[in-house]
Amino acid sequence: MNEMTPMKQERKQTFTGHQALILEEKLIFEIGSADKSGVDLEPVPPVNTRLGDCMAPAKPDLPGLSEPEALRHFVRLSQKNHSIDAGLYPLGSCTMKHNPRLNEKMARLPGFSDIHPLQPVSTVQGALELMDELAHWLKTLTNMPAVALSPKAGAHGELCGMMAIRAAIEARGELETRRRVLVPESAHGTNPATAALLGFKVDEIPANADGRVDLAAFKDKLGDDVAAIMLTNPNTCGLFERDIIEIADALHEAGGYFYCDGANFNAIVGRVRPGDLGIDAMHINLHKTFSTPHGGGGPGSGPTVLSDRLKAFAPLPYVVAGENGFDLIELEAQSGDQPFGRMVAFHGQMGMFVRALSYMKSHGSDGLRQVAEDAVLNANYVLASLQDVMTAPFAGPCMHEALFDDGFLKGTGVETLDFAKAMIDEGYHPMTMYFPLVVHGAMLIEPTETESRDTLDLFIATLRDLVRSANAGETERFTNAPELAPRRRLDETRAARQPILRWQSAEETAQAAE
Amino acid sequence: MRYLPLTPTDRGAMLSRIGVDTIDDLFIDVPEAARLDGPINLPPHQSEMQVERDLLAMAAQNKTASTVPFFCGAGAYKHHVPASVDHIIQRSEFLTSYTPYQPEITQGTLQYLFEFQTQVCELTGMPVANASMYDGSTATGEAVLMAHRITRKKRAVISARLHPHYRGVIDNLSDMGGFEVASPDDSVNGVEDLIALIDEDTSSVVVQYPDFFGSIRDYSTLASEVQSRGCLLIVVVPEIISLGLLKRPGDMGADIVTGEGQSLGNGLNFGGPYVGLFAAKEKYLRQMPGRLCGETVDADGKRGFVLTLSTREQHIRRDKATSNICTNSGLCSLAFTAHMTLLGGQGLRHLAELNHARAVQLADKLDSITGVEVVTPTFFNEFAIRLPAPAEQIVEALVEKSVLGGVPVSRLMPDSDMDDVLLVAATEANTEADLEIYEAALRDVLKGVSA
Amino acid sequence: MSKKFTKDHEWISLEGDLARIGITDYAQEQLGDVVFVELPEAGRQVEQGNDAAVVESVKAASEVYAPVSGEIVEPNVKLEDEPALVNQDPAEGGWFFTMKISNPDELNDLMDEAAYADYVKELG
Repeated sequence: MNEMTPMKQERKQTFTGHQALILEEKLIFEIGSADKSGVDLEPVPPVNTRLGDCMAPAKPDLPGLSEPEALRHFVRLSQKNHSIDAGLYPLGSCTMKHNPRLNEKMARLPGFSDIHPLQPVSTVQGALELMDELAHWLKTLTNMPAVALSPKAGAHGELCGMMAIRAAIEARGELETRRRVLVPESAHGTNPATAALLGFKVDEIPANADGRVDLAAFKDKLGDDVAAIMLTNPNTCGLFERDIIEIADALHEAGGYFYCDGANFNAIVGRVRPGDLGIDAMHINLHKTFSTPHGGGGPGSGPTVLSDRLKAFAPLPYVVAGENGFDLIELEAQSGDQPFGRMVAFHGQMGMFVRALSYMKSHGSDGLRQVAEDAVLNANYVLASLQDVMTAPFAGPCMHEALFDDGFLKGTGVETLDFAKAMIDEGYHPMTMYFPLVVHGAMLIEPTETESRDTLDLFIATLRDLVRSANAGETERFTNAPELAPRRRLDETRAARQPILRWQSAEETAQAAE
Repeated sequence: MRYLPLTPTDRGAMLSRIGVDTIDDLFIDVPEAARLDGPINLPPHQSEMQVERDLLAMAAQNKTASTVPFFCGAGAYKHHVPASVDHIIQRSEFLTSYTPYQPEITQGTLQYLFEFQTQVCELTGMPVANASMYDGSTATGEAVLMAHRITRKKRAVISARLHPHYRGVIDNLSDMGGFEVASPDDSVNGVEDLIALIDEDTSSVVVQYPDFFGSIRDYSTLASEVQSRGCLLIVVVPEIISLGLLKRPGDMGADIVTGEGQSLGNGLNFGGPYVGLFAAKEKYLRQMPGRLCGETVDADGKRGFVLTLSTREQHIRRDKATSNICTNSGLCSLAFTAHMTLLGGQGLRHLAELNHARAVQLADKLDSITGVEVVTPTFFNEFAIRLPAPAEQIVEALVEKSVLGGVPVSRLMPDSDMDDVLLVAATEANTEADLEIYEAALRDVLKGVSA
Repeated sequence: MSKKFTKDHEWISLEGDLARIGITDYAQEQLGDVVFVELPEAGRQVEQGNDAAVVESVKAASEVYAPVSGEIVEPNVKLEDEPALVNQDPAEGGWFFTMKISNPDELNDLMDEAAYADYVKELG
């Protein structure tokens, strides 16, 4: 790599505020007008309205834009985003892998995108077949007998799994006594939030020096008041829980259920089946393991596989195959089981189902195994190439992500946040910071299987140079960063102290101030 | 393997840098009992062309909304989405970015979320809106939980004219969370006495607008009566286009407004992904679920946007969070905002008028058929009709004539004694010719029934 | 009287039978810029060690626990508009609430200034 040349010159100011390809863009409300539209509609035929006394006196006070203006607006906005298509996005635990475009094309086939959820089932047999085939892949890959497809995202899948567990406990008549859910300290925040939503008491299990569940502490906490454990595997430190089968056995013996947070299933897909580990319920983020796009924060999809002990409680709706084709079980009366209820209107994230199945079929059984192996290989390559200059709190091998702490920054005046922001100037999206909470100043790097060795080599070299720089006392490279992004550090305190959550016209703002 | 960049040479070199012999050495922490001997029994990888063939074959079995006269609604509506919307949401920078946790390099996402929140506020007439929920049904479930938190009570009064699936989501959350729900008996055109069901444990009253049967009512009086009893009024709007023409729930005094935003920018997609709308009075801001985007400035004083007030959320507050929600519907909210921007207030009003006009035209046509009665007196773009035979049977007969004629109420409310009631929606996507085909087909089908 | 301190970094000072409660300088520094404070309403009964208020920074939210049992008398409503006071003046103007204490013996469970200083030093 080139030596860093100190470059302290101010960025050139321009008349427009634009800086070549970085184009400033105002809000729609500052550029559009209420009498402009980018959509031509047929004239409204004269009818006697039947709106009763509910007609609004005026049109909504929202500006419109013509099509060219609208495109320019959104394209300019897009250019202020980092994306996996443009560069490495090593956010640990989030799994930013390539999103194949075939999946997008398939999801847009009118046969999937232009059908209504409540059309007669005789007119959507192909859609039900797709859901059934997706279910088959998910059940086979996990060695679990049932799957609820309807949850809308990972946390929603967690809720689904924990609801099934709650229903099973209720059916056993133990709802009054089994109130405690064990959650490791290193868990995703959604785990305790989900348990609390269902009225369970969250009890934290400490980690051992290995970064895994402390088995002795876990066993001490077992008792006939334990409803479940919620355990992420591979865990949030990027490690496989070695004692997982022993944990499952002890828990089952104590009458509890095993919820596994499947956020990191991408590390083991095709190589390990969660059903073989004693798991009772696990959600699968289709947007992580099966490459459906993250879309700036969603939509996700969180199908949840269930064990024999829980499958009778699977929520509505679900697809069944019969002699005359596929059918949808949408009502409790149609079900021979004890579904715990309904998670959502309609049947789940069909658009994501199509993409995920397209991905699964593309990779096949052999390719999915390769996915896990390459993801783990890439992460270990990063770990091995950096652990002499950065500090790894736990010994490898890791699974799909490499965890570092801020030990190597001690005494440099640079913190994890600054280190991350300096990566932005180098063209990278930072890794996950300050998570998991069990590690001080955590930096969690997940390269994923869709990065080439060249890409990783440049990334590794960049991080090594940043470490060198921090040790050399070049703190401004960090504390002033980012300097080259569309925006420099943003004032989050101001945003939270006086929240401005929507655009208001000057008059409205003045009125509010009075 | 077209999506995997590593070559066998790369893999060998990387393993040796790591200091192990085989890939299996990296999986040594997996207990032996769970190690697989061979590949899982599923088909091997396929070419792009073969995958496309397989999926096309499935897609071809489905009858699509654009190819037939189409009148299904009940919470999901067929609208025309401008071509540019899909182009915008397929921009790599939007499609393949994550939640905007690093605001310096995600201003694109953050700015459209801020624009989305502003549009939702203006449409609903509410002062604050979040950056979207999973869909309308889950947003409504969260609204009930939020009302419980605010009032520290645990019972919700729910209109029997709320979408049964939305009701199902609330029932499920209530069962599981130890909360209660109460509802009046349902009827197709009855006016409900929701106030009578309020007791001292009641946190909220939930009504739909337009309601499940298509009816629209001004809830202003209801709002003040509900609030005078210490409860919150939650208004649910499953067809957002309706607010182009109807009074806004915020102007009626709603405390929380939830909605389904699918109609703007998002296709039918067999039920998802959609985009949940969530707006509330400002004083309830801190109790809202989901992400919020706020305006601020950067180190140079330039305006910028960040995710804010995140101490409400699970990643910080854990078991004390307002919700366990993490993912929102980012890309669907972008589609919503892009479509809304193309329409503008004037375009939305025009679109809403066109929807209403088509529905009125269709109602008049169907009402003229002997044995058919339109039972919803006031409506926007959807209404209920009573048929002289079970609606499911009629719908199947209409399919034979290549008409998708609506949603039988019995599919969602099997015990309601409304087997003969059909929900019929009309939108701008229906031509006048579609309406005529529907009328003729229904006349024909009913002839068969009476004979 | 002089102040007493809890392990959760609240301070309490007694003025007659009225106690004033806030968080320590160490606590505000750990939190960073305080952006929001949720205060208890007057008249609420709290037990020693129970949640009484919530203090939020951009990245964290913490409970403020009642150092002793009693009845809330007055929340410091000034903090609602000016949460930054907790950072600027934690020991005086940034107080959270006053309360009428019901069991003065509970004060004996708390640390004095010197003991608290040692405790903080140990935390590193």
